[in-house]
Amino acid sequence: MPTLYVSPSPHISGEDSTRRVMAAVCIALLPAAVMSCVIFGINALIILVTCVISCVLFEGLFRVITKKTQTIGDLSAVVTGLILAMNLPSSVPIYIPILGSFFAIVIVKQLFGGIGQNFANPAITARVFLMISFSAQMTKWTIPVTNFTQLDAVTAPTPLAADFLISGTDKVLPFTLKDMLTGFTGGCLGETCAIALLLGGLILIFTKTITPTIPLVYIGTVGIFTLIYTQSLAATLYYLLGGGLLLGAIFMATDYATSPLTEKGKIIFAFGCGALTFLIRHFAGFPEGVSFSILIMNLLTPMIDRFTASRPIGIITEKKEAVK
Amino acid sequence: MKNLGGVKLRHHKNTKDFATQVFKTPEYIFIPMAQTMGAPCEPIVKKGDTVKIGQKIADTKAFMSAPIHSPVSGEVAEISDYLNTDGRHCPAVKIIPDGLDEKSPDIKPPVITDRESLIYAVRESGLAGLGGAAFPTHIKFSYDPVKTPVDTLVINGAECEPFITSDYRCFLENSSDIIEGILLVQKILGIPFCKICIEDNKPEAIALMKKKIADSNCIDVVTMPSLYPQGAEKVVIYKGTGRIVCEGQLPVNVGVVVLNVSTVAFIAQYARTGIPLIKKRLTLDGTAIKRNAGNYLVPVGTPIKDLLDFGGAENVKTVLYGGPMMGVSVYDTAQPVLKSTNAILAFSEDITAPVATDCIRCGKCMRTCPLNLMPMQIEKAYKTKDIDGLKDLRLMLCMNCGCCSYACPAHRPLAEYNQLAKALLKR
Repeated sequence: MPTLYVSPSPHISGEDSTRRVMAAVCIALLPAAVMSCVIFGINALIILVTCVISCVLFEGLFRVITKKTQTIGDLSAVVTGLILAMNLPSSVPIYIPILGSFFAIVIVKQLFGGIGQNFANPAITARVFLMISFSAQMTKWTIPVTNFTQLDAVTAPTPLAADFLISGTDKVLPFTLKDMLTGFTGGCLGETCAIALLLGGLILIFTKTITPTIPLVYIGTVGIFTLIYTQSLAATLYYLLGGGLLLGAIFMATDYATSPLTEKGKIIFAFGCGALTFLIRHFAGFPEGVSFSILIMNLLTPMIDRFTASRPIGIITEKKEAVK
Repeated sequence: MKNLGGVKLRHHKNTKDFATQVFKTPEYIFIPMAQTMGAPCEPIVKKGDTVKIGQKIADTKAFMSAPIHSPVSGEVAEISDYLNTDGRHCPAVKIIPDGLDEKSPDIKPPVITDRESLIYAVRESGLAGLGGAAFPTHIKFSYDPVKTPVDTLVINGAECEPFITSDYRCFLENSSDIIEGILLVQKILGIPFCKICIEDNKPEAIALMKKKIADSNCIDVVTMPSLYPQGAEKVVIYKGTGRIVCEGQLPVNVGVVVLNVSTVAFIAQYARTGIPLIKKRLTLDGTAIKRNAGNYLVPVGTPIKDLLDFGGAENVKTVLYGGPMMGVSVYDTAQPVLKSTNAILAFSEDITAPVATDCIRCGKCMRTCPLNLMPMQIEKAYKTKDIDGLKDLRLMLCMNCGCCSYACPAHRPLAEYNQLAKALLKR
C-alpha cells in the first residue's frame, strides 16, 4: 500500500506568491529607475545600487542574527531599497542611503516583525528620518546632468520649492509641462519623471498588484483642492506632476502592510493623504508634504480598518430593541 | 446580476468526452454505515447472512439519515469498525459477492402520490445529495409549505471543481431522467418554477438542456460564469434566483429547494424502477492515473484500490474523494467509494501547499471570498482566541470553499483556520 499524504482542503493553491507580487512592483519601478539614471547620471545609479544592496544585506543579516527564517528571497527588501533610493536627491553622500536602508529595514520593518507587520512604510519613515536628521544634504537638489558620468552637479530648485506665485497669474511657472512629464527638473531620483511613474502605475494595476483606488483618490483629492485654491488649471497640473505626489500615490501609499484592506478604507485613507498633502504644501513650513501625509495616514490605518470592515453577504443585522 | 467573489481555476475536464461505463463488481464490497451527513445507520444483517441486490442492509430510526442497500448479491463476511474521513467511527459491512446477481424481491417502483409518499420513497431509496455533501435529500422536501412556501427548484449543474465530469456526463446521458425528475418534484411539491444552473464551460450540456425544455415555460436554463465556486449552494441560489440565503437560514427560507443534477435524475430513475442508490457515477482521473481515466458507474462500497489498479495508478502520493478544492483526502486506499463520491482523483506529485510565509495584507483572500468575509482577520481572531471577534467577522457564514487559501500569495492555510475557528466557536 502506498504511503498517502493527507491534508485539509483545498488541495491546490494558486500560482501567486509574495515573491511574484514584489517582482511586479520591482518591474513597475524600473521605468522610473532607468529615467532617474538618464536624468541624474551615474550618481543616481550609485544610490539605487547602494540602497538595494544595503537593504537586502541588512534584512539578511537581521534574519541570521535573530535566527529567523531567511526572507530576502521574497524581494520585499529590494522594493524597499528601490523606493528609498527614489526618495533621495542625487547629490547625497554615500552614507545617507546606507543609514536610510538600516533605518527602513531594521528599525521600521524587522523590529516590528518583518514583512506585513510594520506599522509605517519603511522607505517613507526612513526618508522622514533622513530629512529631519540631515536636512542640508537631503534638500540639496541638482539640475539634470548633461552627460551620464558627470559627478559634480549644479544645484537647482525643485518645482515645488521654486519661487512662484500660487495664483500663477503674475509669474511664469519655472518648468514647462514637457519638463515635468519627462522629468528634467530638480528633485529626488524617482519623483521627477511623471511618464515613467504613470507607466509604473499602469503596470501595477494591469498585473492586479494594486487596485487603482488609492492613486486615483489621492491624486484626485490633491487636484481638486489645488484647483479650488489656485483657481488655475496650469498651476494645478504643475502641483500634480511636481514633487513626490505621483511616486507617493502610486508606490508608497499603496503599500499593502500600511494601507487599509477594504476599498472603502482605501478611499478614506487616500482622501486623508490628499488633504494632508495639500495642507502641508500650501500652509506648512515644508514645500512638500507627501511623505508626512502618508506617514500620518499609515498610523491611522488600523483605526480605518476597524471601522471599514467588509460587509459579508447574507448577514442579518440585529435590530436593537427599543428601551422601554 | 453581479458575480460573487471566486477564483478562476484550470478546469482539467479531461474526461468530459468519456461516456460512462459500468465498473466491474469488485472482489468484495465494504460499506461504512455513515453515508450521509446525518446519523449513521445500524446494520440489520449479520455475519453469514445472504443478501441480494437492492436488499436493505442498514437503517436507523433517525429521520436525518437514509437506509443503505446492498449493491451486490452475496454473503456478509464481516461487520467491523471503520474510521470515517470525518474522524467518526462507525460499523462497516463487508460483503463477498456470489456472482449470481440476484435481485431482491423488495425492488419495486414506489407509489408517489403526495408530499408524504415522496418523502417516504426518497428516504427509502437511500438517496443522499449526490453533489458531494451527502445531505439526505428527503430532508430538503420536508419543509412546511405554509410557513416557508417554495416557488423555485434550483438544479445545481455547476460542477465547478476541476477534473470532475460526472455531472456533465449525467446531463448528456440522462437528460430525459433530469427533466422527468424535475417535473415529478415540481408536481408533487407544487413548485411552479425551476432553474437549471450550468457553468458556461459546458456548452453542450447547456444546448441539450435548452432543447429539452424548449416547450416548457416554467423551466429555465441559467448559464453561470466558470468561476469557482458557482456550485456552492448559496452561490447557485443567488445566480439562479437573485436571492440571498442569510446566516442561520436554509434555502427554503428564501423559497428555494436545491438539488444536484445527478440527484434529480436519480429520483426519476428510482420512481420508474425502484432500484435504490447502490451504484454511483464517478470520475476517475488525476496525474497518477495512467490509463482508463473516465467516468464509471461504480457499486457503492468498491475499494478505492480497485479503481486505482484499474487506472494503472503509479507513484500515488495523494488520493481525493471529490475535487481538489473541497475534496477530502483518502488516508488508505482500502477505503471504499461512498454514495456521495463524485470523483476519485489520484495524484503522483506532492500537491500540498508550499510553506506558508507571513501575511502581506494584500487583501486577496477578502476579494476572492464569495461572501465578502475577511479570512486574514479571522485567522488573527482565531489565534488570539477572540470569540466575540470571530462572531463579528461572521465566521459561521464561511462555506469552506477554499478560495482564500487558493488565492493567498503567502500560501497561508486560511480555509483550515476558518474550520478550526468554527470548531472553537462551537465549543
